[in-house]
Amino acid sequence: MTLESKIPTGPLHEKWDRHRFDLKLVNPANRKKFNIIVIGTGLAGASAAATLGELGYNVQNFCIQDSPRRAHSIAAQGGINAAKNYANDGDSIWRLFYDTIKGGDFRSREANVYRLAQLSVNIIDQCVAQGVPFAREYGGLLDNRSFGGAQLSRTFYAKGQTGQQLLLGAYSSLMRQVNTGKVEIFPRREMLDVVLVDGRARGIVVRNLITGELESYSAHAVVLATGGYGNAYFLSTNAMSSNVTASYRCYKKGAYFANPCFTQIHPTCIPVHGTYQSKLTLMSESLRNDGRVWVPKEPGDKRAPEQIPESERDYYLERKYPSFGNLVPRDVASRNAKEQCDKGKGVGETGYAVYLDFADAIARDGREAIAAKYGNLFEMYEKITGEDPYVTPMRIYPAVHYTMGGLWVDYNLMTTIDGLFSLGESNFSDHGANRLGASALMQGLADGYFIIPYTMGGYLAGTHLPEVDTSAQEFAESENRIREQVDKLLSINGRRTVTDFHKSLGKILWDKCGIARDKQSLEKAGKEVAELREEFWKNVNVPGDAADFNQALENAGRVADFLEFGELMVKDAIGREESCGCHFNTGYQTEDNEALRCDETFCHVSAWEYTGPDSEPVEHREQLHFENVELTQRSYK
Amino acid sequence: MSNQTINLTLKVWRQNKNNPRGSLETYPAKGISTEMSFLEMLDVVNEELTSQGIEPIAFDHDCREGICGMCGAVVNGRAHGHMPETTLCQLHMRHFKDGDTIVIEPWRARAFPVIKDLAVDRSALDTIIQAGGYISINAGGAQDGNTIPIPKENAEKAFNAATCIGCGACVAACPNASAMLFTGAKISHLALLPQGRPEARKRALSMVRAMDELGFGNCSNEAECELECPKGISITEIARMNREFIKAAFL
Ligand SMILES: Cc1cc2nc3c(=O)[nH]c(=O)nc-3n(C[C@H](O)[C@H](O)[C@H](O)COP(=O)(O)OP(=O)(O)OC[C@H]3O[C@@H](n4cnc5c(N)ncnc54)[C@H](O)[C@@H]3O)c2cc1C
Repeated sequence: MTLESKIPTGPLHEKWDRHRFDLKLVNPANRKKFNIIVIGTGLAGASAAATLGELGYNVQNFCIQDSPRRAHSIAAQGGINAAKNYANDGDSIWRLFYDTIKGGDFRSREANVYRLAQLSVNIIDQCVAQGVPFAREYGGLLDNRSFGGAQLSRTFYAKGQTGQQLLLGAYSSLMRQVNTGKVEIFPRREMLDVVLVDGRARGIVVRNLITGELESYSAHAVVLATGGYGNAYFLSTNAMSSNVTASYRCYKKGAYFANPCFTQIHPTCIPVHGTYQSKLTLMSESLRNDGRVWVPKEPGDKRAPEQIPESERDYYLERKYPSFGNLVPRDVASRNAKEQCDKGKGVGETGYAVYLDFADAIARDGREAIAAKYGNLFEMYEKITGEDPYVTPMRIYPAVHYTMGGLWVDYNLMTTIDGLFSLGESNFSDHGANRLGASALMQGLADGYFIIPYTMGGYLAGTHLPEVDTSAQEFAESENRIREQVDKLLSINGRRTVTDFHKSLGKILWDKCGIARDKQSLEKAGKEVAELREEFWKNVNVPGDAADFNQALENAGRVADFLEFGELMVKDAIGREESCGCHFNTGYQTEDNEALRCDETFCHVSAWEYTGPDSEPVEHREQLHFENVELTQRSYK
Repeated sequence: MSNQTINLTLKVWRQNKNNPRGSLETYPAKGISTEMSFLEMLDVVNEELTSQGIEPIAFDHDCREGICGMCGAVVNGRAHGHMPETTLCQLHMRHFKDGDTIVIEPWRARAFPVIKDLAVDRSALDTIIQAGGYISINAGGAQDGNTIPIPKENAEKAFNAATCIGCGACVAACPNASAMLFTGAKISHLALLPQGRPEARKRALSMVRAMDELGFGNCSNEAECELECPKGISITEIARMNREFIKAAFL
């Protein structure tokens, strides 16, 4: 199968308009004849389900949590970008497009990213109309801030809780549709398979997480908006239930998986402090606007920070990148922190942390000014660590945060399975090899409010879809396969817990397929993951039974998929013999240790096809064409 | 960071198919690092129970950073434990002492039936929102965001009400299991914004009615909800809801 991106022809700025005109429409009276399944209630899923309901389709919307409002989008802190140019500081759709393409190190599609920048403007309007309480200025107008090293102020925010407020906005629209009867919600359900009939996605099988029963649902199309897979690393800033299961099981049914090795590691998180730790907490990137990053000059210097004189500190980002300093992009900041710690200069009990110091900012602007900007973040830090960052420098370390990889989709956001769409973080589409701050929320909402409503119509109106219900044998087959796996997991009765396996997998991936990679260690990682998986199926201990609320069993299914998927990540990383964005292969770097792309050979998306449990996945390549921007080497010196 | 370990005795509510009435069971929690969160402490206990062949304790949780509202339990009689403005996942073990006994129970309210152990069904809260906790606007119909100026002060008040995480601690803390703080926060958030005014009347009436029908109790001004709310939502939101309701019902 060749990958058809279905990018419309014509000039960049006209593509989406033309395409919307070319897409067939479903007559409003006919929409109620179509059933659509949406999995996920994050920004992407909730906005899609609500909007499709508004249009008159019958929507069934599923999520793992007990309420759609708890999807992990709720945790996003910093903000959402939009090319409104309210600040009059030179922003435009073109500039947001360019920054996003460049930030992604030229590994995303021009047409998709341009459309995203165009739609960013409508998103803000939509959210304001829903009652999202964005930050405002004294004149009553919307406030903007600069974020993640951007040189202009295009980020809209609601204190440090932007994701929460945007999600509650989408959730309120969703609840309105539930009230009208157009959307039905199914919380505490985990999708475990997509069901194909005549080669098209026609339904799903979920496990009811309260009763343990398997339930089948049929539809005319299926939309996956199940978020990212950062938890492959065990420790990440993702929620505990974030998983690859939904996407991975679609992959096993024929959806190609694109760029699985592209993982973003966020530089400012609270460091790991013990083996019992269950997750890592992000400290907003905005802190780098005023905090100075440093380590002691001498490796092994264990003095308290205040006892290390100025002359014995290394402000390594300021030293190495005089023009961007502490505001270098996420990937560069993360890589440098690791490098310092690997040299033995890390601080704190584990030696895997660097200081983020506000002493100078407090001396310059006063404690009050700093508190006004970062008060809630400082409190959160103190709550977790028991230390006061007004007095002692924060300790931070990079953590897995976001996955740019995901299911391959065309311009319509459809995967390689007909009738299966993928939105939000679960698809691969817009962020290339590195995502810019405040752009995931933008993408999720663009996909859900403004893209899928059109492209779904185009699919349904242009496709002959015979009636299918859950009595089709494909549903029973799928249920049986799932039941077998569940029974197997419960029958092993081994000696290691699911979490224990998950931690081991996380360590392999973090050490060898993390911030910096090289061929040799990646190959080793591939072997280790395979061995671990083999042991898992012999030695895992999953307590309880199938017909019950059984969290260990839920987790076991997710970890089983991570164990297969981990190998795919590693394989993808080995295959990409260049460095780009977050994929830093130490074998490919410039003299200044920056990522060295190889555009002649690797200016493509790698999309992997599943070929069965005992054979190797096959790589397909979608060549990326840049007609509107010039490929340049990123430099932050 | 002073990393110490402490030993505790847990008395945990266990309730499942085989024990439908539920009972408190006692488990030791040994070698707990004071740097752990409360949920990490439960993780450690669960790993230990699993290896002893005892079913782990079921408890809801997800983001583990205090924002998703999924976690919650009554700890020594207090919803989310004794620290102010803290969810259970953000409660750290440094606030407990070696030798302490900790009693852990699920939210208790007629409208929140127990599913298993500490996990309860809070879908009644979604039902309240369905009754009117939204502004009726379809995607695509919005005007430019800056055509509706909103005084900063009102925007901030609306934001404060909107920070509710829907965890249900207010209901669990209330002697009458009332959902007034939850409902009041949503009604206030939308009533304070010009976009929310056109439907304010209808919203107040139908949300309050839904709340009553779902089996939540009445407010008798105990203010326990405000005390236990992990987001510090104030009972002035209840007063505002009452004003909106009275305006809608009688004016
Ligand atoms: C701590 C943190 C801070 C962030 N801050 C920002 C920021 O400031 N700006 C920004 O732009 N981005 C930010 N991001 C990134 C951004 O929040 C996410 O990329 C985005 O919210 C993902 O949205 P989503 O709708 O794709 O998925 P999610 O919000 O993760 O939702 C996934 C949904 O799918 C459901 N689901 C998953 N698997 C299954 C299954 N098998 N069966 C059924 N349902 C399933 C879940 O229940 C959930 O409803 C942040 C991320 C984190 C972790």
